[in-house]
Amino acid sequence: MAEQTRDTRGNDAATRSNGGAIGTPLDVAAIRRDFPILARQVHGKPLVYLDNAATSQKPRQVIQALVDYYETMNANIHRGVHALAEEATDAYEGARRKTARFIGADGPDEVLFTRNTTESLNLLAYTWAADNIGPGDEIVITTMEHHSNIVPWQWVAERQRAVLKWVEFGADGTIDLADVERLVTPKTKLVSMTHMSNVLGVINPVKDVARIAHANGALMLVDGAQSVPHLPVDVADLDCDFLAFSSHKMMGPTGVGVLWGRRAILEGMRPFLGGGEMIESVGREVTTYNVLPWKYEAGTPNIADVIAFGAALDYLSALGMDRVRAHEIELATYALERLGGVKDLTVYGPLRAEQRGGVVAFSMKGIHPHDLAQVADYDGIAIRAGHHCCQVLANTLEIPGTARASFYVYNTPEEVDALVAAVEAARDIFSTEVSTVVAR
Amino acid sequence: MSLDDLYKETILDHYQHPRNRGQLEDPDVATRGHNPLCGDEVLLAVKMDGDVIQDIAFGGRGCSISQASASMMTEGVKGHPLGEASALAGSFKELMTGSGSTDGLEGNEDLEALQGVKKFPVRVKCALLPWTALLEVIDRWQSAKGEPARS
Repeated sequence: MAEQTRDTRGNDAATRSNGGAIGTPLDVAAIRRDFPILARQVHGKPLVYLDNAATSQKPRQVIQALVDYYETMNANIHRGVHALAEEATDAYEGARRKTARFIGADGPDEVLFTRNTTESLNLLAYTWAADNIGPGDEIVITTMEHHSNIVPWQWVAERQRAVLKWVEFGADGTIDLADVERLVTPKTKLVSMTHMSNVLGVINPVKDVARIAHANGALMLVDGAQSVPHLPVDVADLDCDFLAFSSHKMMGPTGVGVLWGRRAILEGMRPFLGGGEMIESVGREVTTYNVLPWKYEAGTPNIADVIAFGAALDYLSALGMDRVRAHEIELATYALERLGGVKDLTVYGPLRAEQRGGVVAFSMKGIHPHDLAQVADYDGIAIRAGHHCCQVLANTLEIPGTARASFYVYNTPEEVDALVAAVEAARDIFSTEVSTVVAR
Repeated sequence: MSLDDLYKETILDHYQHPRNRGQLEDPDVATRGHNPLCGDEVLLAVKMDGDVIQDIAFGGRGCSISQASASMMTEGVKGHPLGEASALAGSFKELMTGSGSTDGLEGNEDLEALQGVKKFPVRVKCALLPWTALLEVIDRWQSAKGEPARS
């Protein structure tokens, strides 16, 4: 408890290999050497990995942490008295402390490990929402949410006869706080919103929205799946009540999610899954529960991956999240400029990099996003095509989907150039007018 | 592997100039083929004359492969009895997922252009989508007629 403080996040490890003073750019060449996968070729060409919003690549430090755990300390945690169990427990709980520091939590007991962001959101839907949302109550979300921040609330609304209300976004992909003011009422119990859209790239004013939610007596849940890996995020500064995010989008392994919540709220909630670890005592009639955070971690957790997630947090902290953000503003600015110059190409979301993260979704007249992604793949470029788990957003924009490039610390302007060249190659393929011999 | 294997001229032609794209005024059977993973959609409507597909139209939206395959499919089955349409679907599936034999595709040589899609396994489902919709239409028509469904 004593060792986490809100102001050390991102700075405590700044002297590590890739570290540097705040304000100096990242040493991208050195970073790239830490990611073994970036050395491989795809279809005979160097891999250009631009699908970071789906999942990021992993530095060797994270991969090594997994190997080290299994080779040197593999044991089940918390109940063992032998040396391995103690070491594994320390490493696992150490990752929890690192997570708490990384997001400015009031203590590691506010950090719950889940499988992913989706499970974090569902945990709240099945616990907090089950006891705190009733008939006629309102849940406010936006039309840009990922399916994982829609479907659980649709279920809550259905089960508990509550009302789901939608904040729309404008032509530039931003939401209007006046709409939030209008939609959030004293009947609203929860406002749940993505901090950064995985399609539009827009960064939402969640701090302002939290203020509106609290003024109406509602709680504020922030989906940080896209923001926590890419921006400095501090829950005390945002003054939100819950924050959900995933390890695998921030250099950590798959299979680890985080739910942060205010201590008082988490203490008052019923547990999620029942089983070992989450109990204090089990009797024939009466069962009592463990304290935070273990009350919410039934069964053997994902020990190895949580520990390796800690290594990912070390890596990002050494880089400094301010510098990560600065690098991505630079890349997004360049990508918006280059893609903006391509004929028949439409970019979605805000056109100012300061309003957005390093996610750039686009479409091209006459070419389906899958065909764009296919042509890019042929050049070794990994981008994503489709609705990106945001069908409400796609339907709102009246598009079948988009192609999406998303950046991280290891991406370079040259990789943006490669993407633009691939997009232009796709246009060449599809603009070739072929002679039609059969009558239409 | 080359992109030319995928984006053959015949395919781009059908994508840019789709045959039988549109709607039928009074279809006897209609269905929606959908791939929820990628969002490709083929809407299929058929007007029957006895056992013969008198008219067929497709709509929806999707990638070049799904839409070109739909265009070729409508050309291949329009004016043909259901039995022949079903057999053509079987032959096309054999081409795409089985032996790769072009048997049964006589008169529908455009379909052979889709053979290159096999080198891009994730796209095979795009090519098959309209054919799955066709088989659904045939099933629906036959069960509406009280005939035994396809085996």
